[in-house]
Amino acid sequence: MSEVKNVLSLHGISKFFPGVKALDNVSFDIRPGEVHALVGENGAGKSTLMKILAGLYNPDQGNIIHQDKHVKIRNPLEARTRGILLIHQELSLSPELSVAENIYLGAWPTNFFGVLKKRKLNKDSLIALSAMGCDFGPKVRVGSLSIAKRQMVEIARAQAFNANVVIFDEPTASLTDTEKEQLFNTIRELKARDVGIVYISHKMDEIFEIADRITVLRDGTVQGTVHTKDTNINLITKMMIGRELNTFFTRANSEIGSEVLRVEKLCRKGEFENVSFSIKSGEVLGLYGLIGAGRSEVAETIFGVRKADSGKIAWMEKEINFPTPRQAIDMGLCLAPESRKEQGLVLNMSGKNNVTLPHLVKYSNYTVMDWRRELATFEKYREVLDIKTTGADQEVVQLSGGNQQKFVLAKWLCNEPDLLILDEPTRGIDVGSKSAIHALIAGLAEQGLAVIVISSEMPEVLGVSHRILTMSEGRLNGEFSGMEMTESNLINAVSQHLEQTA
Amino acid sequence: MKQTLVKITTEWLMRNHIWAFLFLVVIFFTFASPYFLSINNLSNVLTQSAFIGILAIGMTLVMINGEIDLSVGAILAVSVALSIGLQNSGLGIWTSVMLALFSGAMLGFLNGSLIALSGINSFIITLGGLIGIRGLVFVYTGGDALIVKDFSYTEYPEIYLGPFSITAIIFLSLIAFFQWFLTSTKHGREAYAIGDNAEAAYDAGILVKRHVVINFTICGFLAAISGILLSMRLGTAEPQAGRIWELWTIIAVVLGGTRLTGGYGSMLKTLGGVLTLAVVQNGLRLMNTPNYVELIVMGAVLILALGLDRLFTSKTRENV
Ligand SMILES: Nc1ncnc2c1ncn2[C@@H]1O[C@H](COP(=O)(O)OP(=O)(O)OP(=O)(O)O)[C@@H](O)[C@H]1O
Ligand SMILES: [Mg+2]
Repeated sequence: MSEVKNVLSLHGISKFFPGVKALDNVSFDIRPGEVHALVGENGAGKSTLMKILAGLYNPDQGNIIHQDKHVKIRNPLEARTRGILLIHQELSLSPELSVAENIYLGAWPTNFFGVLKKRKLNKDSLIALSAMGCDFGPKVRVGSLSIAKRQMVEIARAQAFNANVVIFDEPTASLTDTEKEQLFNTIRELKARDVGIVYISHKMDEIFEIADRITVLRDGTVQGTVHTKDTNINLITKMMIGRELNTFFTRANSEIGSEVLRVEKLCRKGEFENVSFSIKSGEVLGLYGLIGAGRSEVAETIFGVRKADSGKIAWMEKEINFPTPRQAIDMGLCLAPESRKEQGLVLNMSGKNNVTLPHLVKYSNYTVMDWRRELATFEKYREVLDIKTTGADQEVVQLSGGNQQKFVLAKWLCNEPDLLILDEPTRGIDVGSKSAIHALIAGLAEQGLAVIVISSEMPEVLGVSHRILTMSEGRLNGEFSGMEMTESNLINAVSQHLEQTA
Repeated sequence: MKQTLVKITTEWLMRNHIWAFLFLVVIFFTFASPYFLSINNLSNVLTQSAFIGILAIGMTLVMINGEIDLSVGAILAVSVALSIGLQNSGLGIWTSVMLALFSGAMLGFLNGSLIALSGINSFIITLGGLIGIRGLVFVYTGGDALIVKDFSYTEYPEIYLGPFSITAIIFLSLIAFFQWFLTSTKHGREAYAIGDNAEAAYDAGILVKRHVVINFTICGFLAAISGILLSMRLGTAEPQAGRIWELWTIIAVVLGGTRLTGGYGSMLKTLGGVLTLAVVQNGLRLMNTPNYVELIVMGAVLILALGLDRLFTSKTRENV
């Protein structure tokens, strides 16, 4: 094979943050018409590397060659004008603006005097949206869309922009399967247009489906770049975490005790109807369904973030009023929410303080804070969950996406309540830490906690649960335990209802 | 057909609740005072509202951008002092006016540049401006009121087009222009993007700092316009002119429904807020209400109108 031309290449890039060497002499290249996957543990430096390409960070060392020219990308505008587009790990949208305005943010069409060409803006956006099969129009306010749809708006940017490099940083974290397919179609179209694509994800099956080459980062250094066809999942995982990963799932071997929570005919208009189930201590209950099925809404209603329209809740076999979140926490019910940025963390606070935030009474005995105990808790979870931070006082805003997610979990795990609801506990978390979290769930159940695991990842629900409920379009429509917990049963249950209503 | 018209109107009123509120206030004063509902009085109210109104236009722009400008009252005072002071020292009327406008724009530019370059919160920087610029006015006027020598200067506000004074016409034209500016130009719409989510705007390659500088410059320029109109009307330049007007301006803008946190608002809302404030003030005076009662009522109006906003917005916008 002759010389392959790169659209973009990085040579010897290093980046230091106070106390961390985020990137150490990294070289990486992107060819036109190629999907280049970038994988690595949480905090390996993937997002940092891509932010350098997007002009958000300046590298401390190294150089960038774009279309055969040495370049400096000092700010996002320079990246955009060169045709480099980054689709962010966290949503980067303006809720008050319309879909069309968000798609073309920063590059709105105008005439000579700076007057917007609104019709062109809406027309072009409509083309991009319909190419992706979106069911919402360009004039809708982004703030009124669901998270998954907002993600599609971000992705529509890739479709709409005339870019030569498009970077996707964990785009599928909150997408349903059909939306994921639309994303992959978009990626294939971009490939056909000779766009160079970088794809970051913790989901190995996706990587092997879409990527041509894979580069593995570990602790800021490149472990190697391989062609997808020459490798397999085990090899990549080993490169990522430096050891074999044998068992992915651990089911709790616990004694099922008395009933902890019973929910009867819970309803909330437009979100879910007639939800009834119960859970016993020591039990891990899986709640499986597609994104948007109403699972998180049910969890938030039980926890008191939302108000139910009707229904009953019984706690420890006694009927109770719908609690507020504070009452729920005090009686021993905790919910680790799915989106870390909006619901989970105080971003400008240290990791340690975030973890103990809901339990200050416990850590202070109603008087002054017990620093030592707080620190011990922090250290314990930092070790178990393998959280990468420079210390107890580092603000969580500085952490990588996956490490923030780990703090959300630690915050609720450390309370050791009677019932723990985990909403998508391993979203955005690397494979190594995933199994640590699964082991932790099993351990808690063995201590007698009841755990509800909400997940749209089938292997995860199948692997950790004693019993699985399926949910679609706001209704529970299946319950499986023992030998009935199979992939095909779950898929049938979830899709059956869709057909009926279609 | 009829149904949709009703629906559109109710939706518009839900989003621009201040106009519904203004309507109620007008009805109230119509019954409360026989002098209220006359062309003469209403024309007067509109003219009086124009000074705070023009300040509020700049404030709205800056606030949608996610910032605040506390120095508008002081910039207005500079403009009042310069336009009269320079005339008196022998420059022509229009030269003085141009210089006053220019210095307003420059002070706004200075505010904006300091905010953009230092990264310090606009509240702090313009709070400094509020005190410092007022100090300059005292230095310039020597602490006394300047009185205009060429009385033809004070005749301009007497120009009327039907019931509309020139002052009111300038105010309404500026509202119309900036409403268009906000909705139809790239710069205007980008102000919303920045106020709403500055990080996302920056990531998308929008030059956030340049926007801040431009919008503060516009705000300063508008404050100077308001100052010129005021100086023509009063014929004197008090160093205390426009004191605590920045507060009334902010109240008018917020009353209209523009958000202090940025990313949301419009000039039509602000117009509603400005008029409501002016009508309440005028109505209370017609009813011979003591000054302190007026303040109490104004405070209550603010809270009431914002309560209305809260009620409607929680109905019209879900999951935010
Ligand atoms: N602004 C910052 N200040 C200080 N440290 C930072 C900052 N941004 C990133 N880091 C650190 O750099 C390292 C790499 O972070 P990065 O976000 O690139 O990880 P990642 O590979 O994208 O991980 P994830 O899979 O969790 O998203 C982490 O240790 C992180 O704490
Ligand atoms: Mg990342």
